[in-house]
Amino acid sequence: MSEILLEIDGQKVKAKTGMTVLEAAKAAGIRIPTLCYHEKLEPYGGCRLCIVELGAGERKKIVVSCVYLAEEGLVVTTRSEKIDRIRRTIIELYLAHAPDAFELLELAKEYGADRDRFAKEASFCVHCGLCVRYCAEVKKKFAVGFVDRGTRKEISFVPEIAAEECWDCKECFPLCPTEALQAAFVLMRALSL
Amino acid sequence: MDNDRVDQIIDKHNGEASSLIQVLLEIQSEHHWLPKSALERVGERLQVPRTRILHIATFYKAFSLVPKGRHEINVCMGTACHVRGAGRVLDVIEDVIGIKPGETDLELKFSLETVNCLGCCALGPVLEIDGTTHGKMAPGETADVLLNYE
Amino acid sequence: MAKINSPVELEEFRKAILNRRDPDKSCITLCSGSACNASGSAAVARCLEEEIEKQGLSESVEIRKTGCHGFCERGPIIVNNPGGVCYLQIQPEDVPEIISETAKEKRVIDRLLYTDPESGEKITHEGDIPFYKNQQRMVFGPNLSIDPKSIDDYLAIDGYAALSKALTGMSDIEVLEEVKKSNLRGRGGGGFPAGQKWEGSRNAAGEAKYVIVNADEGDPGAYMDRAILEGNPHSILEGLTLGAYAIGAHEGYVYVRQEYPLAVENLLLAIEKAEEYGFLGKNILGTGFDFKVIVHQGAGAFVCGESTALMTALEGRVGEPRPKYVRSNIKGLWNQPSVLNNVETWANVPLIINKGADWFTQFGTEGSKGTKIFSLVGKITNTGLVEVPMGTTLKDIIYKIGGGIPGGKKFKAVQTGGPSGGCIPENLLDLEVGFDELTKAGSMMGSGGMIVLDEDTCMVDVARYFIEFLTDESCGKCTPCREGLRQMLRILTNITEGRGQEGDLELLETLAETATEAALCALGKSAPNPFLSTLRYFRDEYVAHIEEKRCPALSCKELINFYIDPEKCRGCGSCLRKCPADAIIGGKKLIHIVDQDKCTKCGTCFDACPDKFAAVTKLSGVPVPAAVPEEERTIKKSK
Ligand SMILES: Cc1cc2nc3c(=O)[nH]c(=O)nc-3n(C[C@H](O)[C@H](O)[C@H](O)COP(=O)(O)O)c2cc1C
Ligand code: SF4
Ligand code: FES
Ligand code: FES
Repeated sequence: MSEILLEIDGQKVKAKTGMTVLEAAKAAGIRIPTLCYHEKLEPYGGCRLCIVELGAGERKKIVVSCVYLAEEGLVVTTRSEKIDRIRRTIIELYLAHAPDAFELLELAKEYGADRDRFAKEASFCVHCGLCVRYCAEVKKKFAVGFVDRGTRKEISFVPEIAAEECWDCKECFPLCPTEALQAAFVLMRALSL
Repeated sequence: MDNDRVDQIIDKHNGEASSLIQVLLEIQSEHHWLPKSALERVGERLQVPRTRILHIATFYKAFSLVPKGRHEINVCMGTACHVRGAGRVLDVIEDVIGIKPGETDLELKFSLETVNCLGCCALGPVLEIDGTTHGKMAPGETADVLLNYE
Repeated sequence: MAKINSPVELEEFRKAILNRRDPDKSCITLCSGSACNASGSAAVARCLEEEIEKQGLSESVEIRKTGCHGFCERGPIIVNNPGGVCYLQIQPEDVPEIISETAKEKRVIDRLLYTDPESGEKITHEGDIPFYKNQQRMVFGPNLSIDPKSIDDYLAIDGYAALSKALTGMSDIEVLEEVKKSNLRGRGGGGFPAGQKWEGSRNAAGEAKYVIVNADEGDPGAYMDRAILEGNPHSILEGLTLGAYAIGAHEGYVYVRQEYPLAVENLLLAIEKAEEYGFLGKNILGTGFDFKVIVHQGAGAFVCGESTALMTALEGRVGEPRPKYVRSNIKGLWNQPSVLNNVETWANVPLIINKGADWFTQFGTEGSKGTKIFSLVGKITNTGLVEVPMGTTLKDIIYKIGGGIPGGKKFKAVQTGGPSGGCIPENLLDLEVGFDELTKAGSMMGSGGMIVLDEDTCMVDVARYFIEFLTDESCGKCTPCREGLRQMLRILTNITEGRGQEGDLELLETLAETATEAALCALGKSAPNPFLSTLRYFRDEYVAHIEEKRCPALSCKELINFYIDPEKCRGCGSCLRKCPADAIIGGKKLIHIVDQDKCTKCGTCFDACPDKFAAVTKLSGVPVPAAVPEEERTIKKSK
């Protein structure tokens, strides 16, 4: 694996080919906020919190760092007025679902997000897909999945599989950014049917 | 739908996992909905996890996991029909049969859906009942059209 | 049928078809496209068959059922050949006369002809009708003369000549270069140069390469792809095969939505026939080139029109877009180089190869070459499909071809580009249509939907409509789209229902930026466009809704009231009889009153009131005047 050199926030950073910008930043101790990222899972690019700017001047473009691969000579900016503004809005959109989630409140503090900017939603789920993907990719049990699409999309356990697998596992609970509230809730509902 | 018929459909598509959507479409069009037993059979045969099948069966609009009514009403909500007053036609239908889009009434008489352009914009607002197109619908006449169905 | 094994055999075969055809034989061409079918074309067809039989003309008169002619507003359409006499809005009752008079005696039936609304003159030939006269029908034209179920019909108009020419006379690179030189840009969305996309795939490494037709046509209010698929499927297959040859693919897919059953049927038949004749399959035209086409039906998801979602769906999975920064022409279906083009894009390819890039580039503008088919719908007199050279002005399309706005209403805007596009106001009607021109005006070409809006259309409602559509069609994977659209819809709905607040527009603009910049796929990135473009050109309508709780177009249900002007009401009772909500109080010789509590605002009374009285009005932003007291409702003798 060959080494490449890129620049993140003015700092020269070494990375290996095949690494994402997020991984390269992490290795160099530069923090980029994430929600749907998990090192054991395939990049998902759903939450869009990890956006960064590439290039300089007029020709800047915004990409998600958890998917974009590091390239030789790449110039990356992880914070700017625009990026902060978009991240703030995304956090505010999440808080409409899970206004008391610790992880989100921490981020809200950092980005000055307003907990009550948007009307509240009925479900806690922030659709990071960590439980669904962990169950499929790491545990290979497929006990929980997504159903429906768009704003109606939600997670759902398959009762027959959950009854056999979930009691002794529950590894997905601590992954949930809303403190397992949603996964636990949906699992209980599935098993009580 | 029995497993033999499901198997026939799967065999027609060479039992490949990539044909999953085509297989489900064929079951849907023959049976008008996707019974759980059929989904389980498809999952076993094509080696696709149940969670994935359920996601597909709920993601795409063509599939239904519950039985449909005897008559399927599709109200076109394409832009052309919308600006010509399709919303008011839909309001009347909802009123008359007492269900919202995506629902089926308790007697299994009607299922109501909205669709996005039936390709008959010249006749908008348009609705389709059991495949027959009714064009130039006025809200006041809509109720009469529904009376023709038993 | 034995396979055609060489270009020479093809030409001989073609000659034989033409020789078998008697140009003087009476042939009744009947449009059997979807819109004409809905207005009774199937019944007309049955009558034609019976009548021909009955009048003993089975030997001398034939019927050809074609795809859409474009002038759907006036369907069902019949063209009598030879001679080309065109009849519109044919009903089964008209058939016996058509057969006895026109087919047999070659006499023209005046009452069935098109009447020019300006001069009042009758027009005999389809091509002389202003709707057609101002078009340039290169891609769509053959629809008029072929039965899509007959491969011989396609061969009779030089079908598969481009394929034969390319496979035997041109190298794969020459085909690619010709398409590059033609500057053909994608007709399905962004207008990406097709040749450049092909070249990328051609040069990319891969175990296999694929060519794909995007026939998902999810854009609500657009149906031009449907018309080509149903009316001329071989032209798409021929284009696709040429593309496959140019990039070195041996397998192709057509992703077609299952909502188009006739398109699927005609396409499958066309593939079967093309294989039988040797235009598809192994050793095409004896040249050693192999190519097969598979039809995949889409199960109903707008997002599957997006390239990465479409390829995911082809693999049998949920059609969510992939978060990738590698173009799909390099890594697409099954991670192999895959060229995805729109139906109309592919249908242009045989023309370019047949007639050459130089011929093609003489049509259009500097940046956009060739023609484009638009679906001209909404508040327009001549609804239908129109094909014009790029660079035609919007005004010409709407007024010369479309015949303007019906009912004496005033034009307000034209919406192009579907849910990703925007609205163009009246002062920009001189705009020449082209990819870059439309984008500059804040809209886009998109796939070719052109929805005309008049003074009765509320622009806030148009924005709300598209956002609602996209909220329903978003795949739900990424936050700016799923959550952002959800909130945008909530705010826009509040505005149209009279609950708008100060700060709403700023909040909408923030959400729009978030989606544009951070959404995963083009659905989310372009979703705010309908809102942004209506805000840009019609901000005053937003302000009226928010600040005055008034809908200037008198369209938003929650903001209007129906009111009968007591001065104008003549007590005719038309509204009373038709109101489905029993909300009209009235009686013989009495001034009628709308019971505002019962009124569902369906507008039936507004339409029912005779034009000469025009007593029903819509009010917005003002209180409804108190009803005339019961004892004073008797109508005095009219003045
Ligand atoms: C949400 C979405 C829906 C789309 N739907 C269609 C469609 O129905 N038909 C189509 O040809 N292109 C559609 N496109 C554009 C395609 O992604 C793609 O750009 C196009 O098919 C490429 O072909 P072209 O270059 O020939 O236009 C859509 C794009 C998006 C983002
Ligand atoms: S932008 Fe919308 S449709 Fe596209 S990936 Fe995100 S949620 Fe899905
Ligand atoms: S961490 Fe990159 S999109 Fe969620
Ligand atoms: S369907 Fe007949 S003209 Fe369009």
